[in-house]
Amino acid sequence: MSTSVLFDVPGPRARLRNNVLTLVSAVVVLGIAYLLIKGLADKGQFAGRLWEPFLRPEVWTGQIIPGLVATLEAAVVSAVLALVFGIVFGLGRLSDHTWIRVPAGAVVEFFRAIPLLLLIFFAQAGPATISGYTVSVPAFAAVVIGLTLYNGSVLAEVFRAGIHAVPKGQSEAGYALGLRKGGVMRLILLPQATTAMMPAIVSQMVVLLKDTALGWVIAYEELLNFGLKQIPANFGNLIPSAIVISLVYIAINLALGHLATVLERRSRRSRRTTATVVGTPAAVGVGGGMD
Amino acid sequence: MESLLDFSPLVEEFGTILTGFWSTIRLTLMSGILALIAGTILVAMRVSPTPVLRAAGTIYVNTLRNTPLTLVLLLCALGLSDTLQLHLSTDSPTNYYWWATLGLSAYTAAFVCEALRAGINTVPPGQAEAARAIGLTFPQSLRMVVLPQAFRSVIAPLGSIFIALTKNTTIVIVAGYIEASSVMKQMFDDYGGTLPIFLGFAIGYMVLTLPTGFLFGRLAKRMAVIR
Repeated sequence: MSTSVLFDVPGPRARLRNNVLTLVSAVVVLGIAYLLIKGLADKGQFAGRLWEPFLRPEVWTGQIIPGLVATLEAAVVSAVLALVFGIVFGLGRLSDHTWIRVPAGAVVEFFRAIPLLLLIFFAQAGPATISGYTVSVPAFAAVVIGLTLYNGSVLAEVFRAGIHAVPKGQSEAGYALGLRKGGVMRLILLPQATTAMMPAIVSQMVVLLKDTALGWVIAYEELLNFGLKQIPANFGNLIPSAIVISLVYIAINLALGHLATVLERRSRRSRRTTATVVGTPAAVGVGGGMD
Repeated sequence: MESLLDFSPLVEEFGTILTGFWSTIRLTLMSGILALIAGTILVAMRVSPTPVLRAAGTIYVNTLRNTPLTLVLLLCALGLSDTLQLHLSTDSPTNYYWWATLGLSAYTAAFVCEALRAGINTVPPGQAEAARAIGLTFPQSLRMVVLPQAFRSVIAPLGSIFIALTKNTTIVIVAGYIEASSVMKQMFDDYGGTLPIFLGFAIGYMVLTLPTGFLFGRLAKRMAVIR
């Protein structure tokens, strides 16, 4: 239902009322914005010396861009590994053999049900204790392991949903042609499922990129670390720096989100697939999704 | 090697662990309620006939949804509380608790708003048209016809959001409030990162998340609007 169904096409009185409402709400919104800005200004947060560092090229080349690169590195490496993990365990859950299906399901459900931060802590502290040697896991590895296990499990669910979204007649037709299980999967199900699950995969990438910020907790030097620890340590400008850094995150994530929307629109139109587009997978046991 | 499966730290620190999980539960419930209220107001703004409110709602949702929660919580704790000296309580832990709750609910509200908006889209146009036909105004039709149906169709997605919120409370570790994940970190520092400690906390979180999922799933089935 489009929102316009919620109210009539306004007549003269309603138009007047809407205009008054627009005016009132504009005043309220501007008032809130004014109070926010005034509050920040009263605390001296708009002082030029706090914002001036962001005009210096060396702050960008020396801190923000290396931070962004580290963030993207962690995100890309874990995205690739999570895709592999997702394919292996997603297909594992679809297996006809109980001894593959049940363990794969247990692994996926376990990693989806526990917080990512627990995984990251364990990835960092676990190996040394368990092996008994002094192994120091680099922060990068701990972040990547955590992100891979969690997002891989979510992607496994996306893959499963994608394969299930292909109508049954497709695989039946495949078997009727004399293809075996592998052939049906490789030649018929996967190509059609891929189109259907692309939007959900890209949306999950937004989640993954945002979660790289958890690197802060174990001192992985990524964008958030540079933006909220190192730049403020030099210039004492925590709030201006946090605002600039969040703009960087928002820009990247909006671009990724836009890509997901475009892909979704395209695969809805696409005639290459008979599958319906897959949504974001459910959190443990229910429909929908957020992170 | 015999210490590898040593569950005794979990028994020794049982009281501390329970206190940690109790903090997690309090954070989750409080931010969940606040996020639900704020999300409902936001969705009313986003579907209202007033363009200014629609724009304000959209900007809020897009900003919060695309910012890492870690950054939101750090901005609350380090920025608003420490730098600007905005204290919500004279007691330091209480102050950080409220800032963490505010940060979590501000972030979660954006997702609640999007879920509800998707729910409004599942209400057939005929319902809103019928509401208008019997002379209900926009606030009336939203309150009496559209939102009740929308809420019932989004119970399952709201359940997911609630579970994600439970897991997201771990990030409060950056805002200086002690909950279960900080207790686990402390135990890792004291006893080393053993598998039993990790599994104990993992099970603790599963005890919180799995029944929530089950409950919301059942509720969604029972409350579903039959069309």
